[in-house]
Amino acid sequence: MNVETYRTRSIMRALTDRAVTALAILATALVVAPLVAIFIYLVYRGASSLNLAFFTQVPKPVGEPGGGMANAILGSGILLALASSIGVPIGIGGGIYLAEFGRGTKLANAVRFTADVLNGVPSIVMGVAIYALIVNPQKHYSAFSGGVALGIMMIPTVCRTTEEMLLMVPHAVREAALGLGVPNWRSVLSITVKTASPGIITGCMLAFARVAGETAPLIFTALGNQFWSTSLNDPIAALPLQIYVYAISPYDDWHRLAWAGALVLIILIVLAVSLVRFVTSRGVLKGAS
Amino acid sequence: MVLCAFSIFGIVVLIVWQLVVHSQLAWNKFGLSFFYQVFTDSYTQQKLYWDPVNEHFSALPFIFGTLVSSFLALLMAVPLAVGLAIFLTEMCPTVLRGPLAFLTELLAAIPSVIYGLWAVFVLVPLLREHVNPLLIRWLGWTGLVGNDNPTGLGFLAAGVILAIMILPIISSLTREVMTAVPHSQREAVLALGATRWEMIRMAVLRNARIGIVGAIILGLGRALGETMAVTMVIGNSPEIHRSLLANGSSMASVIANEYAEASADMHLSALTEIGLALFIVTIIVNAIAQLLVWAVTRGTPRSAR
Repeated sequence: MNVETYRTRSIMRALTDRAVTALAILATALVVAPLVAIFIYLVYRGASSLNLAFFTQVPKPVGEPGGGMANAILGSGILLALASSIGVPIGIGGGIYLAEFGRGTKLANAVRFTADVLNGVPSIVMGVAIYALIVNPQKHYSAFSGGVALGIMMIPTVCRTTEEMLLMVPHAVREAALGLGVPNWRSVLSITVKTASPGIITGCMLAFARVAGETAPLIFTALGNQFWSTSLNDPIAALPLQIYVYAISPYDDWHRLAWAGALVLIILIVLAVSLVRFVTSRGVLKGAS
Repeated sequence: MVLCAFSIFGIVVLIVWQLVVHSQLAWNKFGLSFFYQVFTDSYTQQKLYWDPVNEHFSALPFIFGTLVSSFLALLMAVPLAVGLAIFLTEMCPTVLRGPLAFLTELLAAIPSVIYGLWAVFVLVPLLREHVNPLLIRWLGWTGLVGNDNPTGLGFLAAGVILAIMILPIISSLTREVMTAVPHSQREAVLALGATRWEMIRMAVLRNARIGIVGAIILGLGRALGETMAVTMVIGNSPEIHRSLLANGSSMASVIANEYAEASADMHLSALTEIGLALFIVTIIVNAIAQLLVWAVTRGTPRSAR
């Protein structure tokens, strides 16, 4: 190869390198742009429509200005409490099995795989299944069915995060407990799980935040409600459901409320995500993310 | 604990059982032709796919809508996601890495109804006023962008919002598999005098390619099942058009729109059958993706999500 072609080739290589770097930076900018756009617009529209009435009043009939989403906030609270009481214990139990008792077994691998696959099942399908299972035999929509749908959706997420958090507990801690003659189940419960508990709790919060924004499985289980309702047997309002209904309505006043609701929802989720990041980046669980 | 673990199998069995039982009516009447049949309107002699009043049910327009919007989304999201992952793992200054990773994580946690809200009030007007006229002027001759839908809703709007939604999933998994490539591989290529891009291409992308394909398929799985944001912007009409700017409907969006209002048993059953089809497809897509990602990241610690 003569010197001339060698030189052109090395210039070409350097140029390609620069071009790819530029493209990667461009891609990053293009990804960050919509996120920033969404956030700024959300805060701008949401903050201007958020007021005390939003948290204290029920929706007004069409045409009357004002009103709030107090019933939807309460409804979301009830639904999420029900969902957590189903999803959290079962999820944590499954996670403990995967990380401690069944580690390395074929069964555990199958469960892990199924949980990951289940995580990707569209939430609307979960809604259809719960409709068939609970709403259809009962012949009416209910808060209970909505809570069950959300609870089932929490299980795989909680299960997998619990497992990941448990696996982060150093082996030395377990060995110390076992070396003192503590039975395995005792060591798991009072040493490993306790050490990982901040991580497990924040993992639950993450799952909580995720189902807090779920709309699709609630459309035909919890249905929504314009009035105060706390009964598990009746349709109940939920924040994301209300945002959906208001967003596709033609009324400006409802659009305002939808933005305010979205802002409340996003604040809850940002808090949960930041908390997870904070907890996993310190203490014994360091190195998680 | 074992019981809790088994409950995960229980959930899958429960879903399948309920969906199968409740879609029997439609299955018995239409069989497999449910997924491809086309009806003809007796008055106008036009093609007709979905007419609950006369019990004409065909899943064809919804399958079409789901596929078109998902592939549009992949087309837009994949290059950006891989670019972002390359930037984050190989080029980014350490100061920026944390905040950027956090931002993409946040993007993944935003509920789809909020994406939908944003799309309805920001994206759709933007497409309607600025992007669609340009597309029609430049690409009108291809027939892929028609001039007959002035609303801004449609497949393109759905594709764009889906792309924004699946970006973080694809890029965070791509990042994971790229981080799993051993450093010695990178060092070996660099020691031979490669530039940074050549190192990325030869050491990182080549070793991680199966995992990246897995990440893309996982993103596809999300896009196929995404409901709320798509329902809010796709236009919701059970038709098949060549134009990407036309109104359409996806499998998930038709369920979200009609399930609560369906009163006839056959209508409910047909919707449930669409749900079952969606479930099976997403299960298969997710399983393939999961296996591919596992094949690459096995042995390295997973980051918490």
